[in-house]
Amino acid sequence: MLTFLTLLNREIRAFFLSPVAWVVLFFFLLLTGFNFYAGVAALNRGPSEVTVVEAFFNTVFFWFGFILVLPLITMRLFSEEYKMGTIEPLMTAPVRDSQVVLAKYLAAVFFFIVLWLPSLLYFVIFQQITRVEAGGAAGPYIGAYAMLLLMGMFYLAIGCLASAMTRNQIIAAVMSFSIIALLFFMGLLSFFILSVTPALRELTAYFSAIEHMSEASRGFFDTRPLVFYLSLTAFTLFLTFHVFQSRRWWS
Amino acid sequence: MIKVAGLTKKYAGITAIRDLDFTVEKGEIVGFLGPNGAGKSTTMRILSCYLPATSGRARVAGFDVASQSREVRSRVGYMPENVALYPEMRVQEYLEYRAALKGIRGRTNRQRVNAVKELCGLRDVERKLVGALSKGYRQRVGLADALLHDPDLLILDEPTIGLDPNQIRQVRQLVKDLGKRHTILLSTHILTEVEMTCSRVLIINRGRIAASDTPEALAGRVRTAGGLRAEILAPAAGLETALSALSGVRKTDILPLEEGWHECRLRTDAGHDPRAEIARLAAERRWPLRELGQEQVSLERVFAEITQAGEI
Repeated sequence: MLTFLTLLNREIRAFFLSPVAWVVLFFFLLLTGFNFYAGVAALNRGPSEVTVVEAFFNTVFFWFGFILVLPLITMRLFSEEYKMGTIEPLMTAPVRDSQVVLAKYLAAVFFFIVLWLPSLLYFVIFQQITRVEAGGAAGPYIGAYAMLLLMGMFYLAIGCLASAMTRNQIIAAVMSFSIIALLFFMGLLSFFILSVTPALRELTAYFSAIEHMSEASRGFFDTRPLVFYLSLTAFTLFLTFHVFQSRRWWS
Repeated sequence: MIKVAGLTKKYAGITAIRDLDFTVEKGEIVGFLGPNGAGKSTTMRILSCYLPATSGRARVAGFDVASQSREVRSRVGYMPENVALYPEMRVQEYLEYRAALKGIRGRTNRQRVNAVKELCGLRDVERKLVGALSKGYRQRVGLADALLHDPDLLILDEPTIGLDPNQIRQVRQLVKDLGKRHTILLSTHILTEVEMTCSRVLIINRGRIAASDTPEALAGRVRTAGGLRAEILAPAAGLETALSALSGVRKTDILPLEEGWHECRLRTDAGHDPRAEIARLAAERRWPLRELGQEQVSLERVFAEITQAGEI
């Protein structure tokens, strides 16, 4: 356990000691700030039944920023260590493979949380200035941010897996971006295929990240996406662990 | 301390080491010698649990490197050939992190970090970023890292590569000092290094152990079938016939020097030392003789002989 904490501590520090993290953080805030502004502007056009929280989490800008930033967080996790050779001192120290994988993954999740935390401030500032409720109740906030975390956990695990497979950060980023985009657009499949059967529509809705977020940001709680994301996260991490372990055989 | 039996490692298509057998006893400083690509680094990586072997067994400090890897890793200090460090950390920070990773925490952490900093001469750079260090200091950080947990066995893969002559001397002295308390396996292709620091030499060639002995004994093997060198002022043809006629001389080479002098190089059979006869011969024929001696057999020659099969 102490070894794990030592590893986690280093991984988290590695994020904030690298200039990439701060650049990502800066531009990401720019993007989400713009997204917030666009959401509020859209609501200003006329009466609407949508809350500010809902408007924020269901725009193209939101999804664009959300998907784009994930590979940037995870691409360096393993690839950088392979490339620099620091994996050698790391793996000749008495550590378990699982500890290394988990520490890297949780550090990425931590950075993801730090990335999104400031967006909460937007709603606070909005309410302070306009004296208008942004979410209406606690439900939409909890729903939206919990869903954000759930989706983030799964997609970060994919990024982790991609990074464990290659010593090239660009390849890791391209791989994880492609897989995440594919999963994301699978949820939109019913819009592209002309002859959609109700069964297919239901199936794609089950996979649809957009659907999940739209529900959650209205404050609805559904256990299906919860199980969906948690089980896939666990499975992907399991794969990552095995890829990482098998690397020493083919390196 | 190390027991290796039938160790084989194959990479895609090539066999790096085949059927390696050797042992290293506690307290020895063993020099691992071999040309580039002989399998030194591969063997060391297997012993430090970084790579798995294709077949065969290796035990370090009584533990199997494959099935009891973490036991082994906590008892081995390994310094890889290319010391890779996190460039964004400071030296002090890095060593504290490495110590914690090896299970050294709390007050002992600080003590050990201070001790190895002192030992490896890192006091002056403790606040520097690792990425800003020169190659020599990086090597020292790597060595300090290997020493942190006071390991039973030190595995040093070319510890002096890329250092300047002063640093090389310092590292050699350090290795010698460390040898009093630790068992050391170090690889190198600088032969004087082995002669100066090691109590035993393992020569590995094309993935196999080619020789294992003390540096002196290895040099002695070649000296018994030794070489002589003489400088004489005489016609080459006369020298050739006269020297070849001496008993025990296997081969004679006459090389012209300045103003009629010749350098004579003789190979003799084991147990023959014709130096006295050469002196008498020169005196009888009134050939001026200005130099006569046995050739110094360095480990370099032994190495060349063993790894290139013949021709000394």
